[in-house]
Amino acid sequence: MSEPLLSVKGLKVHFPVATGKLFGEKPVVRAVDGVDFTLNKGETLGIVGESGCGKSTTGNAILGLAPVTEGAIHFDGRNVAALTGRERQALWRDLQVVFQDPVSALDPKRTIGQSIAEPLAIHGVGKADRRARVDELMELVGLRAGQRDRYPNELSGGQRQRVVIARALALEPRVVICDEAVSALDVSIQSQVLNLLLRLQRDLGLSYLFISHDLSVVRHIADRIAVMYLGTVVEEAPTDALFARPLHPYTEALLSAVPIPDPRAERAKTARPLQGDVPNPMEMPPGCPFVARCPLREAGCDVIRPAPVEVAPGHRLACHVREREITGASALDTTG
Amino acid sequence: MAEAKTLDIRNLSIGVGEHSVVDGVDFSIGQREIVALVGESGSGKSLTALSIMGLLSGSVRQTDGTATLEGEQLDLGNDTAMQKLRGTSLSMIFQEPVASLNPLLSVGAQVAESLIVHGRATKADAWDRAVGMLRDVGIPAPEQRARQLPSELSGGMCQRVMIASALIAEPRLLIADEPTTALDVTIQAQILHLMRRLRDETDTSVLIITHDMGVVASVADRVCVMYGGRIVEQAEVHELFAAPRHPYTKLLLATIPRMDGARKTELFSISGMVPDVSAWPEGCRFRTRCPLATDHCASRPPLEPVGEGNDHVTACWHSDKVEGLA
Ligand SMILES: Nc1ncnc2c1ncn2[C@@H]1O[C@H](COP(=O)(O)OP(=O)(O)OP(=O)(O)O)[C@@H](O)[C@H]1O
Ligand SMILES: Nc1ncnc2c1ncn2[C@@H]1O[C@H](COP(=O)(O)OP(=O)(O)OP(=O)(O)O)[C@@H](O)[C@H]1O
Ligand code: SF4
Ligand code: SF4
Ligand SMILES: [Mg+2]
Ligand SMILES: [Mg+2]
Repeated sequence: MSEPLLSVKGLKVHFPVATGKLFGEKPVVRAVDGVDFTLNKGETLGIVGESGCGKSTTGNAILGLAPVTEGAIHFDGRNVAALTGRERQALWRDLQVVFQDPVSALDPKRTIGQSIAEPLAIHGVGKADRRARVDELMELVGLRAGQRDRYPNELSGGQRQRVVIARALALEPRVVICDEAVSALDVSIQSQVLNLLLRLQRDLGLSYLFISHDLSVVRHIADRIAVMYLGTVVEEAPTDALFARPLHPYTEALLSAVPIPDPRAERAKTARPLQGDVPNPMEMPPGCPFVARCPLREAGCDVIRPAPVEVAPGHRLACHVREREITGASALDTTG
Repeated sequence: MAEAKTLDIRNLSIGVGEHSVVDGVDFSIGQREIVALVGESGSGKSLTALSIMGLLSGSVRQTDGTATLEGEQLDLGNDTAMQKLRGTSLSMIFQEPVASLNPLLSVGAQVAESLIVHGRATKADAWDRAVGMLRDVGIPAPEQRARQLPSELSGGMCQRVMIASALIAEPRLLIADEPTTALDVTIQAQILHLMRRLRDETDTSVLIITHDMGVVASVADRVCVMYGGRIVEQAEVHELFAAPRHPYTKLLLATIPRMDGARKTELFSISGMVPDVSAWPEGCRFRTRCPLATDHCASRPPLEPVGEGNDHVTACWHSDKVEGLA
């Protein structure tokens, strides 16, 4: 296999926390705490996981919008930390993002036509071409040309999100980081946007890093899925394998919490919601990050951190107990 | 009729400039009832909610209709009167949480705010209750988190801060506009549980706006479906999922991505787009996209009961043919 388009190795992003105190130990939030993954050309990697587990921060670090505490990010074989100003410009063109929150992503004083045209203008597309391209992009995402002179506050939430998607696609990037890009859309528009993303991938070989909490959507669009919990990837697998046989207890809990769009089936569900507290990312336990809520935990889980192990082709897992079930041994046995 | 409805909306109409965006909406929410409002993006769900809160602004105006809260008429255009109710009897979780929070104020202070403003708690007491509420919505280390700014929290945490500030008031009516869109499903389940608990413990009624039909299936007692600024169907939740009688509802349910469907294939979506508010067709507004449309649909179909009883209503001339729609 050729070199991946994007690779993230040992990524850590720690944020200092203001305590209000002048002296004493300064706590940090370990937002991302050792994340590895790769993304190939024409591929979609889904990232799912608990709110606050570091999905957006991972995306932001790739974009240069969050400080990298440790680790390396390579795009097209080159370390992004070592890029010159001009190379970085080119990278911006190839790497686009659709953020979670469409309101803050749009300038309230610009019409949506101006917002979509902005990246085109920055990269020197002429005025007449710009106009035609904006029309084309608006149509692609299901906005009417008549809406180009509207301001963001005159649109509904879902309409605004489509403006952001159109802008991200304007420069025909190679990788798009979609951070909850379709969460605010109603199902019909959501299907249209997903169809669009799939079509662009087929036609242009686009790659997506697709962050979402909607598992039915991620299942539909992603080739592989990484499941994050508290700053780490606890399981990564090809999509079909993950849904057929989730191995990590957090993945299992996540899949069973998906609400079924059928009131009878949904209300008959017996799976218990996760118990226990989400740990404080400022005081990370030394062992498994999931230990406080894990129904399978054993002695030792709280002190020895499980390392990711490939338990089947392309299926990586960080859990002592499940690892032992599959391979016959785990770090708990050797050390404990 | 027995007890007064918690909320009763009659003929609510909203215009932007000379265009009508919400047109003659009627619905009510009983005590302890959870009603879901669903519908296409741009169909007027958020504007309906904002008008009930008395929060329409700029060129958006209520043009007709009345609203009563527990039998008392609401003076929606009177900001002073409405302000007294907001954060006490009425509270709302807004769509787009990050934008709805004050970027310069700690999240704890924002959650505590309504208690202080309405004189319902001292500052210290309000802070403690805010921290407790942040814990209830699943924020880890709430004592520390309460002191942070919205920009230091993840998107889903900001959403939970919004939820906490709406719930702390223990309102009579909670309006939740896409309250769980930014949350993972385990936290979502926790928030939905919290809403049910609020309903059970304080008899709060809930209007929940969502496009997630799984959420609707999980919490709603009744569902109102909007299209083009009008309610096109309303039914008890099981009935709506099992036997929708409006073509839009039927197609909406068919659009939900299934957990067992083929992957990476073209998803079904309703063809065409919602027309712009300036270009609604005469008669039924779904006419331009409806597979069952006939000439008859050029006149407006009334919202009428279908089947037995009066609980299931739909606005469609051909509601008897909806079942056969693929
Ligand atoms: N301030 C405004 N000025 C002009 N038009 C507006 C304004 N706010 C909303 N609209 C228009 O009114 C219609 C209804 O908007 P609303 O926000 O209620 O939709 P919605 O049903 O909540 O959609 P979504 O699911 O996308 O949030 C939309 O067509 C929108 O473009
Ligand atoms: N600028 C910042 N300063 C301090 N802490 C931050 C900052 N940005 C993020 N964090 C913290 O980092 C952690 C991870 O946040 P992140 O936004 O990456 O989560 P997420 O997985 O995207 O969550 P969600 O699903 O809720 O969007 C959180 O604990 C958050 O509070
Ligand atoms: S390592 Fe232990 S605590 Fe962690 S997920 Fe596995 S069983 Fe649970
Ligand atoms: S009234 Fe006519 S156009 Fe409207 S939903 Fe019914 S069949 Fe379709
Ligand atoms: Mg995020
Ligand atoms: Mg809305």
